[in-house]
Amino acid sequence: MSLGGIDLVVLIASLMVASTPIMLAAIGELVAEKAGSLNLGVEGMMIIGAICGFIAAVETGSPVLGFVAAAAGGAVMALLFAFMTQVLLSNQVATGLALTLFGLGLSSLLGQGYNGIKPPPTPKLFGSLGDLPVVGPIVFGHNWVVYLSLILVAGTWAVLKYTRAGLVLRAVGENHDAAHALGYRVRTVRTLALMYGGACAGVGGAYLSLVRVPQWTEGMTAGAGWIALAIVVFASWKPWRVLLGAYIFGGVTVLQLRLQAAGIAIPVQILSTAPYLITILVLVIMSARRGRAAQGAPASLGRVFHASH
Amino acid sequence: MTGTGTEQVLLTVEGITKAYPGVVANSNVSFRIMEGEVHALLGENGAGKSTLVKMIYGLVKPDTGRMTLRGQAYTPAEPRAARASGVAMVFQHFSLFEALNVAENVALGMENPPPQGELSARIRQVSEEYGLPLDPSRLVGDLSAGERQRVEIIRCLLQEPKLLIMDEPTSVLTPQEVDILFTTLRQLSAEGRAILYISHKLEEIRTLCDEATILRRGKVVATCTPREKSARELAELMVGETLTPPARTGKAPGPVALDVTGLSVNSPNPFGTSLKNVHLTVQRGEILGIAGVAGNGQDELLLALSGELKSDSDAVKIDGRGVGHLGPNARRAAGLVAAPEERLGHAAAPDMSLTENALLSGAIRKGLVKHGMIDWVRTKTFAEGIVKAFDVRTPGVGTAARALSGGNLQKFVIGRELSQDPAVIVVNQPTWGVDASAAAAIRQALIDRAAAGAAVIVISQDLDELLEIADRFCALNGGRLSAPRPVQGLTVDEIGLMMGGSHGMEVAHAHA
Amino acid sequence: MLTLEKRPSPSRFWAGVTPILAVILTMIAGGILFAAMGKDPVEAILDIFWQPLFGDNADYFRAQLLVKAGPLVLIAVGLSLGFRASIWNIGAEGQYIIGAICGAAVGLAFYPADHWYIFPLMVIAGALGGWAWAMIPALLKNVFGTNEILVSLMLVYVAENIQSWMAFGPLRNPEGMGFPGSRNLQQYPAASNPELIPNTGIHWGVVAAAVAAVLAYILLKKHILGFQIRVAGQAPRAARFAGVDPKHLFTICMGISGALAGLAGLFEVSGPSGQISTNFNVGYGFTAIIVAYLGRLHPIGIVLAGLLLALTYIGGELAQLSLGLPSAAIQAFQGMLLFFLLGLDVLSNYRIRVKETRK
Repeated sequence: MSLGGIDLVVLIASLMVASTPIMLAAIGELVAEKAGSLNLGVEGMMIIGAICGFIAAVETGSPVLGFVAAAAGGAVMALLFAFMTQVLLSNQVATGLALTLFGLGLSSLLGQGYNGIKPPPTPKLFGSLGDLPVVGPIVFGHNWVVYLSLILVAGTWAVLKYTRAGLVLRAVGENHDAAHALGYRVRTVRTLALMYGGACAGVGGAYLSLVRVPQWTEGMTAGAGWIALAIVVFASWKPWRVLLGAYIFGGVTVLQLRLQAAGIAIPVQILSTAPYLITILVLVIMSARRGRAAQGAPASLGRVFHASH
Repeated sequence: MTGTGTEQVLLTVEGITKAYPGVVANSNVSFRIMEGEVHALLGENGAGKSTLVKMIYGLVKPDTGRMTLRGQAYTPAEPRAARASGVAMVFQHFSLFEALNVAENVALGMENPPPQGELSARIRQVSEEYGLPLDPSRLVGDLSAGERQRVEIIRCLLQEPKLLIMDEPTSVLTPQEVDILFTTLRQLSAEGRAILYISHKLEEIRTLCDEATILRRGKVVATCTPREKSARELAELMVGETLTPPARTGKAPGPVALDVTGLSVNSPNPFGTSLKNVHLTVQRGEILGIAGVAGNGQDELLLALSGELKSDSDAVKIDGRGVGHLGPNARRAAGLVAAPEERLGHAAAPDMSLTENALLSGAIRKGLVKHGMIDWVRTKTFAEGIVKAFDVRTPGVGTAARALSGGNLQKFVIGRELSQDPAVIVVNQPTWGVDASAAAAIRQALIDRAAAGAAVIVISQDLDELLEIADRFCALNGGRLSAPRPVQGLTVDEIGLMMGGSHGMEVAHAHA
Repeated sequence: MLTLEKRPSPSRFWAGVTPILAVILTMIAGGILFAAMGKDPVEAILDIFWQPLFGDNADYFRAQLLVKAGPLVLIAVGLSLGFRASIWNIGAEGQYIIGAICGAAVGLAFYPADHWYIFPLMVIAGALGGWAWAMIPALLKNVFGTNEILVSLMLVYVAENIQSWMAFGPLRNPEGMGFPGSRNLQQYPAASNPELIPNTGIHWGVVAAAVAAVLAYILLKKHILGFQIRVAGQAPRAARFAGVDPKHLFTICMGISGALAGLAGLFEVSGPSGQISTNFNVGYGFTAIIVAYLGRLHPIGIVLAGLLLALTYIGGELAQLSLGLPSAAIQAFQGMLLFFLLGLDVLSNYRIRVKETRK
């Protein structure tokens, strides 16, 4: 099975890998936004996750510990954002930007001396099953983080839709004053949602530095966090569509890389703009479908909550 | 008093005081509610009613004082605890979630809701039992104001409350819907549930309530049985002074100043109401009152007239000239001024000074901007003129708008528009949340402007206000405007039908 | 228990004091960070904030201060207008790059001709380039309602790729022995932006920044457009009531900030940096966001904040030489500054009260 010299099975398998970091960051951000917090610091949390995971994995030799450290690093960053926006009531847009700028700087600082090192490999989960034709590479050929990301999407969907906690979270994002009047702890809910978002972004970042690249370079997230934010919009705040969105972007990225490798007559730099241009295109298509209600954005998204009594 | 027969005290409130910086919301308030009683809490805006019930519902903690519920000490730390003790509350501004469905909204108000399927069945059952039919799967955003209130009431009833607090429940209902609500409340009372009913509407309280506690400036000034008092006596207890109704001079109206023909605009709000083929004319010297239950297109009508929403050129004419396609400033130049309902954030920028807020809508007609440059000296003089002429209580015109009390800011906003010598005035809810003396001053100012030859439209949900100052009367219902009728000789039933009757609600089945 | 209580009107005192407090807190936190890295915190802070102004070679460094503050102020003034109106152009870095490329391309097209009008044409091209790049998110927002934050940011990455393509392709110096990068404009007098007064660091970009700050001040204080920008940011519905067309305002604010960022790019590429290379941009477009906030979105504040952040750049380089402090430390340092500032803002909008927790 091949298409213009590109093997379709390999393409699908590699797009699943390419889309994993963005999917993780996006599903986390979706939960934070569903609770009403707009955290534009995804890029910063991702890159902190990338470096924390990298350091932990290199120092302990255990990729699993690396991912745990990445989740913790991302969550701590998110906690910082939560403290700023929920307690000190700072502007969410500006604070998100600060988180990104700070994260980029801090990660470079932490990463001094880790350039050019190879991290311990993250093994494939199903070993030889991955050698089966077609289903092998696509279904069984991945490491555990890819499966974890799929489980997180499914789990997030189920929790938001079917559980009491999910209902409360959606209620807080929809109308924080009403939720407060009913006695729900708006700040606590939002802080927890933000930390989940940070942990997911951190794991996504670590996936870049530990699996996808795999090494540490400054600014290696290269806008992946921002694309994750765009995917949440694309997904209309619906978990399953995050999966779809991430796969589309993964597909575009992989295709673009394959075209580069195939030595097509378009300059490499122009091809490299594809993921960003596609992101813009998708945002335009989504926003052209007018109306907040039609798009499904939480009504309290980005608004400052201050209980006046 | 019907109820269980045995007279038992349900809730006592003793010596409750709650102070906020600069204001004492409640000072040494005491009263008690019997089981099965419908108890009124009567007072003006700002008298401290809301703070008091928030303390009973656990949203606010009192500074001093104590409460008991069925003889036990009652100190709810949060609404959850209040609900667990059998106290439920229906809010004035609904605590509902528009993007969630009815069943989800109900579940959020309960401690241990049953699974969705079971809950939906119970909602249907209870809602029919009390004559308040509801479809559990509908989105709340798509419901009318009356239906939303039903969601809140059902949410409370499913928890079998001993005390139901209702904060100004009738402000969103037509007269017919009020009757249905009262039937339901009486049914609840007959079942032995007590109701704490908050209102400033005197006739309602005389019709419905067994006992009344009257608050003024945070203090209890009287406790009485409302049926034994006249509305006038209650009003004087509530306000603390004798109010003079606005004076009108009967003058023949002049030529038509505003002519609206076939006006249809889409609401900018996803859950708003679009205007459908609205016709109206207003003559100089006349006041047209437009009634309607909240959310029936009032905001959209104001926006379409002020120019914030545009339409076909000839759909809106000022002095015969089509202005429907023009924006707010061009319409101001043509002579139309408007005062929207929302004072902070729409009619005024909260963090800006009164001077800056005077510029907001006065720039055009008062000539405050030349070649793009602002004349701050003239703007300040204009603002000071408004403050003086309309008795706005403020330390100065440099004060931020949000530092003013609701009544004072409203006087400033109305004063700003009326001071521009307009041909057409459109106001939405001019006295909403304003104390009685400020309200009287605002109404008088509108009447005076009409007498001076302006055409005035007053959009209001306060029927008494409209009947008091309007010459002609019509109502918005689902974005359509009824044909105007002279106010004289209009009956409450006719008004109710213009407002949409009972909006498909049914009278409660007589179980009790 | 501490609770927050909204002030009736924002405190002017705290609005003025918080930036200073934020700088002090950043020094303390930065010192802790440097200490954790095994550097002497006092020396590091002195190197960053004191040495460039009063240490050895202070003359050189003071000139550098203006060179670096120029673009920061120019961009930040433009951004501040938008930020005040809640228009979030965070892609100034991209507009900066495109402005530089357009301006440089015009200049290089004339090479080696010598006409007086070449540089003015480059200035116009630079401003237009930045403006056009900013019009993309503006148009998409106005026509489709697309979020300008994400679009303007995505366009930064696109611009960086275009920049790299230009350096390798169309604008590569034909006499550059195959190395990426354009001709050096400093060696082409008709197209260069030289130091106007020797040893001051003042070039046309610095002049433009000063002019922009003055004009912005007048705009915000006296002009109806400035008033409309302020209302639109504080109360969008009140702005519409006042007759402000949000789309019109959006186009204007994006356009101004884009054009100023483009100008900054042009002045940089024709002056201090000299050529379009793969990495001639050093993140001024992002740092300018910090400058705008630290300056309280006020033109005078922005000038001061621009100088301060220029100082951290220079001091950072100095500390890199003397202490081996990595260059990334400054970026983290700047990020912290913005954090402290945003966090401390609570003091100007709210009062903090101590409340007894009741049993």
